[in-house]
Amino acid sequence: MSKVRVLVGTRKGGFILTADGKREKWEVSGPYFTGWEIYHMKGSPADPNRIYASQTSGWFGQIIQVSKDGGKTWETPGGGMKVEAGRMPAGESNRFVYDTSSETGAPLTTHQWYDGTQHPWEFKRVWHIEPSLSDPDTVYAGIEDAALFRSTDGAHSWHELAGLRGHGTGPKWQPGAGGMGLHTIVLDRSNPQRMFIAISAAGAFRTDDGGKTWKPINRGLKSPYLPDQIAEVGHCVHRIAMHPSRPGVLYMQKHWDVMRTDDAGENWREVSGNLPTDFGFVVDVHAHEPETIYVVPIKSDSEHFPLEGKLRVYRSKSGGNEWEALTKGLPQENCYVNVLRDAMAVDSLDSCGIYFGTTGGQVYASADAGESWNPIVRDLPAVLSVEVQTLA
Amino acid sequence: MIRVMLPQHLRTLAHVDGDVELDVAAPVTLRSVLDALEERYPTLRGTIRDHGTLQHRPFLRFFVCEEDWSHQPPDAPLPEAVSSGREPFMVIGAIAGG
Repeated sequence: MSKVRVLVGTRKGGFILTADGKREKWEVSGPYFTGWEIYHMKGSPADPNRIYASQTSGWFGQIIQVSKDGGKTWETPGGGMKVEAGRMPAGESNRFVYDTSSETGAPLTTHQWYDGTQHPWEFKRVWHIEPSLSDPDTVYAGIEDAALFRSTDGAHSWHELAGLRGHGTGPKWQPGAGGMGLHTIVLDRSNPQRMFIAISAAGAFRTDDGGKTWKPINRGLKSPYLPDQIAEVGHCVHRIAMHPSRPGVLYMQKHWDVMRTDDAGENWREVSGNLPTDFGFVVDVHAHEPETIYVVPIKSDSEHFPLEGKLRVYRSKSGGNEWEALTKGLPQENCYVNVLRDAMAVDSLDSCGIYFGTTGGQVYASADAGESWNPIVRDLPAVLSVEVQTLA
Repeated sequence: MIRVMLPQHLRTLAHVDGDVELDVAAPVTLRSVLDALEERYPTLRGTIRDHGTLQHRPFLRFFVCEEDWSHQPPDAPLPEAVSSGREPFMVIGAIAGG
């Protein structure tokens, strides 16, 4: 019988929630890496027992943890006890060094600061980990300050895909309130050379050559907080989602506005429609219905909680514009949590499961595509990320 | 034998209990102690000081014989009490909430 495994990153550790295909009874394990921020945990599509975790701390910096047994045991690649005589240790798994070599593009050392001045590019943490669709040892990491790194040796070592920062718009990128993070990495199952990423606040970018060169794909986005509201870069994109069967169709939750493209990002159009507010962080797509999408509307960019204290997921079955509120099982009074950008995911069981976590520590699950919801857990630390694995 | 006291999170990461004992060749300095610590426990590389610049992280401080050595030159010799192992070399995380 199929199983689901939900990987939850929180402010104070990671948790793994498992259930059979009915998704009624849940086993909770953790916390893992207690006391550290677990920004993101994600399993390899090519080997579900391979799970990568971003463990980070303002005190001690960045750690990458890897499990090869579905989360039972963890290791820091290259960080073991093996030391060869006369050589420096090989613990490089947490080493993220920006590439400023002339071979890979113009050295790029500054971006725009909040006050409009230029500010040095500084590594802070790994926001998002995206394992390759085909190779368990290949994994991408989205970084703050924004950059994209890749490991091809199971996270032992990391190298920047420097073309993203090297195409020339970097000095116009600027941090949002949460920092200047590369938070979204979308791989195209139909085209291994194509990849989409998104940065707050720079916008969305696409590569068609495996990461060597990149282009901004922000035409159609409009951001009132920019002097040029339709600028090529500078937009605060919060999240992008794709259905694997429709790789040219992307959905975006922007700082404000829910957007859609049908041509792989060449042109975007707004599909906020009848949403009560189109601010939010998450967006995701039903596993079997490419036109069925989900968002969690948030009141505003300063009031990061649901409208009227009612936690409502909104679903569109028409790829946007027409939305319906899904409320059964969700608190409809006095709810003032947020749902952060990496904190929604779907499983691929026949009756598609939808999951999201809140800054109040709840992880909600729906085993019927959003018709009804139940909390798997209610009292975790603030949830930063939720990912789901559907296991045979 | 040098004794190094680590914050709890770094002890957990390095899979050690209590103080860490290290053999460090003379002259014993802040840099040589951290080099030896990272060689023995590679998983600590990047956690106390930056990989590239070797600057220590802003929320960490070093204390030796009740004195703050966080801003001393990295190659200054540590007191004999530390190099002989009578007093520990202390890595302390700032109390900053969270």
